[in-house]
Amino acid sequence: MEQVKQIVHEHYDPEASKIGMWLFIFTELLLFGILFVIYSVYRYMNHDAFHLAAEELDTYVGAVNTVILLISSMTIAMSTTSLQKKKTKETLILCGVTLVLGIVFLVNKYVEWGGKFDHGIFPGSEYLVANFSQGEILFFGLYFIMTGLHALHIIIGLILIVTVMWRVYAGKVHAGRPVLLENSGLYWHLVDIIWIFLFPLFYLII
Amino acid sequence: MSTEKNHIVPYRTYFFVLAGLLVLTFLSIALTSIDLGGLAVTGALTFAVIKSFLVMTWFMHLKYDKLYIILWVVFVFAVIIVTIVVTFLDYIYR
Amino acid sequence: MSSSGIQHEASYLEYKGKYTGLLGWIFSTDHKRIGLLYLYSMTVMFLVGVVLGLMMRFELLAPGKTVMDAQAYNATFTVHGVIMIFMVVIPGLPAVFGNFFLPLMIGARDVAFPRLNLLSWWFYVAGVMLVLSALLFGPGTPDTGWTFYAPYSFRTGTNLLPAIFGAFVLGFSSILTGLNFLVTIHRLRCPGMKWTKLPLFVWTLYGTAWIQLLATPVVGITLVLIALERLFAVGIFDPALGGDPILYQHLFWIYSHPAVYVMILPALGVISEIIPTFSQKHIFGYKAIIASTMAIAFVGYLVWGHHMFTAGMSGTAQYYFSLLTFLVAVPSAIKVFNWISTMYKGSINVQTPFLWAVSFIFVFMIGGLSGLVLGALAANIYVHDTAFVVAHFHYIVFGGTGFAFFGAIHYWYPKIFGRMYDKSWANIGWVVFFIGFLTLYTPMFYLGLMGMPRRYYDYLSEFHGGNILATVGSWLLATGLIIIIANLIRSARKGEIVERNPWNSKTLEWVVPSPPPVENFDEIPVLGEQDGPYNY
Repeated sequence: MEQVKQIVHEHYDPEASKIGMWLFIFTELLLFGILFVIYSVYRYMNHDAFHLAAEELDTYVGAVNTVILLISSMTIAMSTTSLQKKKTKETLILCGVTLVLGIVFLVNKYVEWGGKFDHGIFPGSEYLVANFSQGEILFFGLYFIMTGLHALHIIIGLILIVTVMWRVYAGKVHAGRPVLLENSGLYWHLVDIIWIFLFPLFYLII
Repeated sequence: MSTEKNHIVPYRTYFFVLAGLLVLTFLSIALTSIDLGGLAVTGALTFAVIKSFLVMTWFMHLKYDKLYIILWVVFVFAVIIVTIVVTFLDYIYR
Repeated sequence: MSSSGIQHEASYLEYKGKYTGLLGWIFSTDHKRIGLLYLYSMTVMFLVGVVLGLMMRFELLAPGKTVMDAQAYNATFTVHGVIMIFMVVIPGLPAVFGNFFLPLMIGARDVAFPRLNLLSWWFYVAGVMLVLSALLFGPGTPDTGWTFYAPYSFRTGTNLLPAIFGAFVLGFSSILTGLNFLVTIHRLRCPGMKWTKLPLFVWTLYGTAWIQLLATPVVGITLVLIALERLFAVGIFDPALGGDPILYQHLFWIYSHPAVYVMILPALGVISEIIPTFSQKHIFGYKAIIASTMAIAFVGYLVWGHHMFTAGMSGTAQYYFSLLTFLVAVPSAIKVFNWISTMYKGSINVQTPFLWAVSFIFVFMIGGLSGLVLGALAANIYVHDTAFVVAHFHYIVFGGTGFAFFGAIHYWYPKIFGRMYDKSWANIGWVVFFIGFLTLYTPMFYLGLMGMPRRYYDYLSEFHGGNILATVGSWLLATGLIIIIANLIRSARKGEIVERNPWNSKTLEWVVPSPPPVENFDEIPVLGEQDGPYNY
């Protein structure tokens, strides 16, 4: 008589995990996609105000942040290669570099936002309402919401990377079971792609 | 049991992709010094699309993945674009 | 195909694993237990929603204030809508029957991500608690309608934030379920189960899962924006700051229209299972039904503006949305034609599930046709925001998803519990409920055409007669519900034990014992060329 046993035996199906991750990425693309819809509509309706408001943003800082994220995307992509080559230390270094770059991005963002706040530019600020046109208020509203949500996703990505680094270190993620690292990489690339669109739409309107 | 590609992407490939991404970034910044009027948005978005294509194809391994995943990605972007287009049917013609 | 008649393995109901008792259920990753968890929690919320509905109908028994004032009425219809939409009909069939039967129907032992599945249910419960907290604590029950339209939704002093947050969490539950089902269908079909051998219910779960995945994030971010508007006065939808409230409506309906296809597609799938079984005949036009399913899922994305014809959109947008709305009706009509063709010259077995299926076709057609009235621009101006709309969506959603749900629970009851419900009481319940349903909602079509607005606690005296009829109908419907649910509850313990395939259906779930063992199949089935879900 078969005795009752614990949960169903697990099959290791990396493709299932991968497409699961892609499907989750699609939800994020839709989420930000809708914010782009809002941005498109309001930019169309407030063309000149958007141009005016965009001058408050520093293209240089935006460009630096873009470069940072692009490099970090490369490093985490490289880490999947080093993992497959069974080079654990290299993998950890590459993930670590990605992590550091992500943190630098966040620090830049913090400084940038801080500068805006000091100038009285923040959601709900009376200074904003009193001194800027409606189109400009919308621009800044969108700026804070979209870069804020993006930054939140960077934080989630960083948590994922730390988790993966720990599991690589502990030997639980390795060449035979790379799925967690690959999926974390996919998530990080998504965060990069969102910024690839945010950058021109906020910083390159001249 | 692995249905995965066992193809290991060399570091060199990733360096080249990054180089391309950086070049495109600087080009897009340089483009802002030219007054393109209404085409400015198109130009900026074109660069963004190409950069995303590079990231997805190589960094996200789509080049080495099964076709159905690529079709899914195309489909999702199409859904977003169609949503924008249909929404604009309201705003453009008000 | 495997699975002998000897019950040598504990059924999923009796199984005792790491946890026992209640914990063995709320910590279970078994898709069958999770399906039942959803069934029980959803039934509770449904009954709460019914009570709210009955209260509304009681208020509308006479003009003027009957038992509640305007504010209370606004809160009642808001909560009624939020509960019914987000907690009952959207999770509805996928969460209960999709969870229970998807793995069985494709020959798998569970879904692709069983722990994520449990997390989905936990999110569901959390979302429910959050929404309920909005009622019980804070400055007052939300009164915006389930649609949370701007700018009122960020100006109202009522307790909107927990309700919004709850809806957001419920959305997450929906997304994760959709994700799980997509991966399950792609990766866990048993050998020989090609895409063209999938049962039609599975196909509808597939289409639904895509909608859940791609549409729900839209409402998620839109609700977050309302919350940000309330907290930080960002201005995105505030006309005083340059925002456009119509844009909110666009974003809201970009989700909420596809959401109605989340509600109805699995219902259509259930009917596509019941009709062949009780006609003992192969479904007519299997591939056409698949194509219709995917067409509905896809075109359903493109019609959202038909909720906004009077809002202030451009003429071009209105023409476009009206045209697409007429187009999306076509695939549904194809399905109805195919069901009727299936029954033609079939060997009809008139059982409770069949009664629900046939009455579904009747009310769904009426609801659908009334949708065409609403989709026509000129007519819409007269009936928008009247009782006509209320009749339309109750016919489609309650008549559609609701009837399909009752059909499904009776159809699959013997498989889930290993016992048969009392057939006499089930049929009596159906009769009383059906008469109550028609009495309750049919007058609303006329009331709407005559000009009675919706979401008003008061009305002109010329609408009195119709409202009395509707309220009496609500009592009949409630009586029918009590009979049906009491019968189902009682029969789970006291019903007659049945053999594994009492309806002689050909889909895989009927092959396993009733109730199924924990791991579903002794050996994963292998389908041959001649096997198929409707090969009678």
